[in-house]
Amino acid sequence: MIKNGPIIVTEKLTKSFGEIVAVNQLTLSVNRGEVFGLLGPNGSGKTTTVRMLAALLIPSGGTARVAGFQVGENDQDIRRKIGLLPESPGLYDSLSAEQNLAFFGSMYGVENIAEQIQKYLELLDLWNRRYEPVGTFSKGMRQKLAIARALLHEPDVLFLDEPTSGLDPQASRLVREFIEDLKGEGRTIILTTHNLEEADRLCDRVAVISGHLLALDAPGELRRKIFGRKVVFHLQEANQALVGALKKFPFVSDVQSVDNKILAAVENPEEQNPQLIRALIDGGAELQFVGELKRRLEDVYLELMGANKDNNHGKN
Amino acid sequence: MERIKAIIIKEWREVFKNKFVLFTVSFLPLMITALPLIILYFAGSSEGFAGISTADLPPQFEPLCGDLVGSDCMLYYIVTQFLLLFMMVPVIVPMTIASYSIVGEKTTRTLEPLLATPVTTIEILVGKGLAGVIPAVLTTWIGYLIYAAGAYLMVSNSAVVSKLFDPLWMIAIFLVGPLLSLMGVSISVMISSRVNDPRVAEQISGIFVLPVVGLFIGQMTGMILVNETFILWLAAALLVLDTILFYFAAQIFQRETILSRWK
Repeated sequence: MIKNGPIIVTEKLTKSFGEIVAVNQLTLSVNRGEVFGLLGPNGSGKTTTVRMLAALLIPSGGTARVAGFQVGENDQDIRRKIGLLPESPGLYDSLSAEQNLAFFGSMYGVENIAEQIQKYLELLDLWNRRYEPVGTFSKGMRQKLAIARALLHEPDVLFLDEPTSGLDPQASRLVREFIEDLKGEGRTIILTTHNLEEADRLCDRVAVISGHLLALDAPGELRRKIFGRKVVFHLQEANQALVGALKKFPFVSDVQSVDNKILAAVENPEEQNPQLIRALIDGGAELQFVGELKRRLEDVYLELMGANKDNNHGKN
Repeated sequence: MERIKAIIIKEWREVFKNKFVLFTVSFLPLMITALPLIILYFAGSSEGFAGISTADLPPQFEPLCGDLVGSDCMLYYIVTQFLLLFMMVPVIVPMTIASYSIVGEKTTRTLEPLLATPVTTIEILVGKGLAGVIPAVLTTWIGYLIYAAGAYLMVSNSAVVSKLFDPLWMIAIFLVGPLLSLMGVSISVMISSRVNDPRVAEQISGIFVLPVVGLFIGQMTGMILVNETFILWLAAALLVLDTILFYFAAQIFQRETILSRWK
């Protein structure tokens, strides 16, 4: 097994269904121990990508390596190394929680199956419900059990397809916290989600896809690349003289005044803010607060989607 | 082998909780076993039965009777009529189990996590197949043994009873029965890939029982004589058919096909 370097590498990975190209020349890599988000609208190819990487679908073109094995050539090896939580938990309702896990444990050839079942049912607070049919479980409990199933054989890579979709806020939070725990253990997790706040919070890096790759980076880096960094100065009273004082700095690319706030786009706020603060105070400003204008990952996502739509219109 | 065993046990735990499946698996063999015994009982106790001559039987059946004459030959004729009825059990039972098993997995979307495990397509198919074939074959064999025991108690002529253990019956019950079960499972897999309701799958699968019903009617009306030669040819044809059907079922059960083409 490769100890360092990426655990997943795709090179121009493509999947077509007839004439429809679901995934188009996707090139990316996922590092070991990373929580990697796959973001995109419905039908953007997230699930198809996960299914290819989980050796469930055969790529139409390009290559993919998962845990050191080639997709399409060493599929059985890949299946041993990965855990999958599909969009729907896919549990056997008439079987108990324990029977469900025991069955999947047999499929994975887990040797210490009883211990593993106990470990994950206890971790996910389902141990006391182990003999009950899964059909009686709430959505949140089912989702937790499906996560336990995906972890039972201690996979190197865990694919979580919409893990909090359709869950109530409390159940979502439980699942999210569990993913954070897994992240803390250094597991490699591929997370597909529509919940951008969740992706922002959990993912080290995200790939925004819409059939093809639109952007790939850490959420913070994407924010910076797309929107730059903006500092907000809250003043007693803003005026054009103060705006002008900030515009003089070469590292300030844009300055706007909104109400009693001045927004300045700067390259490196940590280093450059003291100069700006000094200039404002020298200009007679009554400075109340200084902060960074926080863009949400949702803003980045919508910006990328908008740009993609414009590009597609342009091509047509 | 462990995986196949686990699949079989899981299938039984699941499908036998379904009352309809349980009813089909238990009631059909029970009925098919009881019906001929009841007819035998009334035929044996009927006063007019003793006066039957060999001439009353379809002429082509006469060679099958061998040394048996008159009412004994007629009794054997009746006994043999139900042979094909017994052949329905190994077709219907696995079709019911496989239909509920595969369509059930489709509707509850349990196939994807199963396919994401290192289990092979063949292991899944064999596991699911055996989960249907084993109860079907066992109920057929048990039904046959009960029928043979009942016939032994009700029919006074031991020569008639011993005919129930001749090669014709042995080949039919112990070879053709399992082969028919395999056919039923493969057909169910193919039909289940296209429908989303187990009852619809079962109804469509039911069409494939018609050839057995046709044989039964053909034999009753004297158009077909089910003898050793016929049953051996049937076994050979089923062997070929099963191989072809299993090949197609395995093609349909590929991961790619299930996830992208199954509706």
